[in-house]
Amino acid sequence: MTAPTGTALDIAASVRAGERPATDVVDEHLAAIEARESEIHAFNLVLAEEARHAALAIDRRVAAGEDPGPLAGVPVALKDNVCTEGIPTTCSSRILEGWRPPYAATVVERLAEAGAIVIGKTNLDEFAMGSSTENSAFGPTRNPHDTSRVPGGSSGGSAAAVAAGFAGLGLGSDTGGSIRQPAALCGVVGMKPTYGRVSRYGLVAFASSLDQIGPLSRTVADAAALYQAIAGHDPRDATSIPEPVADVSAGLAEGVAGMRVGVVTELCEAEGIQPDVIARVRQAIDALEGAGAKVEDVSVPAVVYGLTAYYLINPAEASSNLARYDGVRYGLRVDAPTTGEMYDRTRTAGFGAEVERRIMLGTYALSAGYYDAFYGKAQRVRTLIIRDFDAAYERFDVLIGPTAPSTAFPFGAKTADPLTMYLNDVCTIPSNLSGHPAISIPFGTGDDGLPVGVQVMAPALGEAAMFRAAAAVEAAAPGGEDDA
Amino acid sequence: MSTTSTTGTTATATGWETVIGLEVHSELATRTKLFCGCPNRFGDEPNTNVCPVCLGLPGSLPVLNEQAVTLAMRLGRALRCEVRRSIFARKNYFYPDMPKNYQISQYDLPINVEGRLQLPGSGAIVGIERAHIEEDTGKSTHVGGGGRIHDAGYSLVDYNRAGVPLLEIVSKPDLRSADDARGYVSELRAILLATGASDAKMEEGSLRVDANVSVHRPGEPFGTRCEIKNLNSLRSLGRAIEYEARRQIELIESGEPVRQETRHWNEDEGRTGTLRTKEEAEDYRYFPEPDLVPLDPGDEWIARVDAELPVLPAERRSTLADAAGVAPNTPAVAIAVERRLDRLALAAIAAGGDPARVLTHVEHNLAIEGADALDPSGLAALVSMETSGELTATQAKDVLAVMVASGDDPAAIAKAKGYEAMGADQLAAVVDQVIAANPDQWGRFVAGEAKVMGFFVGEVMRATNRQADGKAVTALLRERAAAAG
Amino acid sequence: MPHMAQITRDEVAHVARLARLLLTDEEIDTFTEQLGKVLDHARDVEALDVADVPPTAHPYPLVNVVRPDEEVPCLDREAVLASAPDTEDGRFRVPPVLGEAP
Repeated sequence: MTAPTGTALDIAASVRAGERPATDVVDEHLAAIEARESEIHAFNLVLAEEARHAALAIDRRVAAGEDPGPLAGVPVALKDNVCTEGIPTTCSSRILEGWRPPYAATVVERLAEAGAIVIGKTNLDEFAMGSSTENSAFGPTRNPHDTSRVPGGSSGGSAAAVAAGFAGLGLGSDTGGSIRQPAALCGVVGMKPTYGRVSRYGLVAFASSLDQIGPLSRTVADAAALYQAIAGHDPRDATSIPEPVADVSAGLAEGVAGMRVGVVTELCEAEGIQPDVIARVRQAIDALEGAGAKVEDVSVPAVVYGLTAYYLINPAEASSNLARYDGVRYGLRVDAPTTGEMYDRTRTAGFGAEVERRIMLGTYALSAGYYDAFYGKAQRVRTLIIRDFDAAYERFDVLIGPTAPSTAFPFGAKTADPLTMYLNDVCTIPSNLSGHPAISIPFGTGDDGLPVGVQVMAPALGEAAMFRAAAAVEAAAPGGEDDA
Repeated sequence: MSTTSTTGTTATATGWETVIGLEVHSELATRTKLFCGCPNRFGDEPNTNVCPVCLGLPGSLPVLNEQAVTLAMRLGRALRCEVRRSIFARKNYFYPDMPKNYQISQYDLPINVEGRLQLPGSGAIVGIERAHIEEDTGKSTHVGGGGRIHDAGYSLVDYNRAGVPLLEIVSKPDLRSADDARGYVSELRAILLATGASDAKMEEGSLRVDANVSVHRPGEPFGTRCEIKNLNSLRSLGRAIEYEARRQIELIESGEPVRQETRHWNEDEGRTGTLRTKEEAEDYRYFPEPDLVPLDPGDEWIARVDAELPVLPAERRSTLADAAGVAPNTPAVAIAVERRLDRLALAAIAAGGDPARVLTHVEHNLAIEGADALDPSGLAALVSMETSGELTATQAKDVLAVMVASGDDPAAIAKAKGYEAMGADQLAAVVDQVIAANPDQWGRFVAGEAKVMGFFVGEVMRATNRQADGKAVTALLRERAAAAG
Repeated sequence: MPHMAQITRDEVAHVARLARLLLTDEEIDTFTEQLGKVLDHARDVEALDVADVPPTAHPYPLVNVVRPDEEVPCLDREAVLASAPDTEDGRFRVPPVLGEAP
């Protein structure tokens, strides 16, 4: 998939140098959107006017000799669960249809400081619950590589927008793999930072102890640059890490000679992994070894309990986070004679099936008499997973495995049974539970010609090593830009 | 399970004992709310002190107010609690005054545990189970509702109060009477004020009390308890406890069980009533708040809090009582401390003022503005003038009021008012003059006509411009009569 | 300890009430089956002895994160009420609320 205007870093460089006006960049991307958006439906809302306005301001700064920021002029596709002031933020749900937040998320402020331009709010699975974007209340997004197939989820819109060249960069959120899995299915780079590394202030909460905002891009270097721009302590987020952000871009090209790379047995052998996906992962591993990395298999035993722990923790937290949608202060209200009935009718009309399912599951897992067996137990299993990862990171600098068990699947293929859909997250969930950073890098295609992603994981605050290894994987990827 | 009586035998004549535990919610006196920088202020226009956080808007996150923690710890230490590592928890339930439909509170691991409070009256110790931090809700007001189908009314919600920091203080069920309960709340209030943790005004809602009441026969296990809400004053608290205890006793004596429930105190009717019962009890589904990290103050922070603790009411009472040579539960002592006049009293006593008179003034004559600024040596001097007979008690009260208002010294004020110190010789001279001027009446008085006393006292009062001390005059007259007779 | 996998129809109905969701009979049936399957899958941890393993509530260990007691500008009331479905006199208006707050 060839991007109309080069990498994000290319765009920023030419805008900063005054070689290319940001307004031209925005117009080109709007044209790309115009050409294929009706087919793809990556966006809930395209912000043409706002983007042109922002581009003008960037060009004025450049003309005045001011620094317009490291990502000047780069259009960004922003997932529609991130609050934008005065601009609808719907989470692809009827219950928030038309809601305009009176404030902006911290990452949105940081994008503006970096000179990046939000070109639209992208589609997602409702409230970020899903792995295919089929749960959106406003219709699914289609995979640009094959529009009969899903783009993955829940950040399907952002992944598709980047893959289709609608934006130079994307931002998504990842709770169980919602950035990395759609990145893999759309053939782009997608990264989840260490939990707490990027502020959650302004990210509509799904599962608070798992959610993180992260970049989607066409290259690893672009992802590193966007990560650099948004990462860092935020006093408005109490779970935000105080440590300063290391420069992850500087050492990108250093290579992996001497780096200890562990191949996670349990992930490579996980349920339902397509053999052609594994083949690509092996290819990537061989390439790293060829580049001087020390590669070995490693077992992270508790990882096999990841799905279970995740599907008890995420719904529990979500059931509480979504209690506020009740028709009183904002969003949808269905009138009724009493407030109690108003709650019931509003929530029932406003939430889709998957959201209801998770709220029910979560409420049950927290309910009297069941807490210890379900939520309580899941939190202890989470500790086991963290311990096993910590043990692995004593011996390895990074870990590697598949991102998703399959390539992009057709619409409706996995909607009959929720459990089938949940299995899409088996390889990505463990790093959400551990809070460790992880990235998916496109690496060739499957037998069906559809993109495959390879996942690199690192310990907490290990983004520098992670990006470096990712860059090496990218360098060895078959086909390059023309592999469509 | 304690069956220790707080005030000795409190069983009624029929052998029943009332057991009371109190849950007090106190608004902490911070400048801003618990999790955001909105002002913590009462009485502003609705929904003007709100932000994404206290409104619970999608995407908002709480961040803990440091001062709320300090005040919570200060109050905890003042109650001799152990300060522990604590976490926050979500209490999940739906109600329109709850912006998130969960309240951030503390459940499993509260910040303060295992404290104690001594009742000023009896000196009995009441255990404090815990004192934890939580956020307040908004306020909803019901409007209209004429009872007709089409006029069911509606509710209006103001979130200014949502997110205000609260300290919930839970006592052990150690109280045994309505008096004890009132005494507990009074003392707790005094401690809250002394530590600056809260302005603790029941009328303004910055101090809210719920009572858990049950009855049993001493020696038997505690009975089923009922929670009483809507107690807006100390008087309501006392009345409600007494009503509820009687209600439960009547039930049990007529063979009915007491149902565990929440009851609402109706001030006008003077009774508790059941709130509309729900089919199912609330299931709050508590779990640790993922958006807030644990609180572990550590020895240093605790030591700083301890160092900053003010002298507490109990200690102030015993210091004053010792100096005055009276028991610590003497009403005048309690009043002196309550009105913050104990330092004044101590200093006046140290300056030589008679303790009993000092306390009398504090108890009866100093409930006036500016009393705390009174010069203690002035008060001591005033009291000396009483002791020497220069001023009557009534005169002293007048002089005192002027002292507070003007800051002048008592001698000057007495002189200005014409309350001249009438020396014993001076008075004797006037008495002799009056005797000399009224020989006939004097003869009859000496002969034994007691009622003539009144005539002479009146004449002496006139001659001295009413400045003579009546007792001294009578004494002198009798003396002269005895000498003459 | 309750047996993990057998969520009953009644429990589903109860949970829906707690969660303020209205379900048709058919939906209760469907959810009972679907939730049952998810919980069934969770049996793999049933036998795990994790009694001595502390729970993880926060993956990155921070402690004592506080903010100073200083005022920050509030939202404009217009902005606050702009999204409200119904307001009156500067307050949010809702239908009558039955019952006291818990």
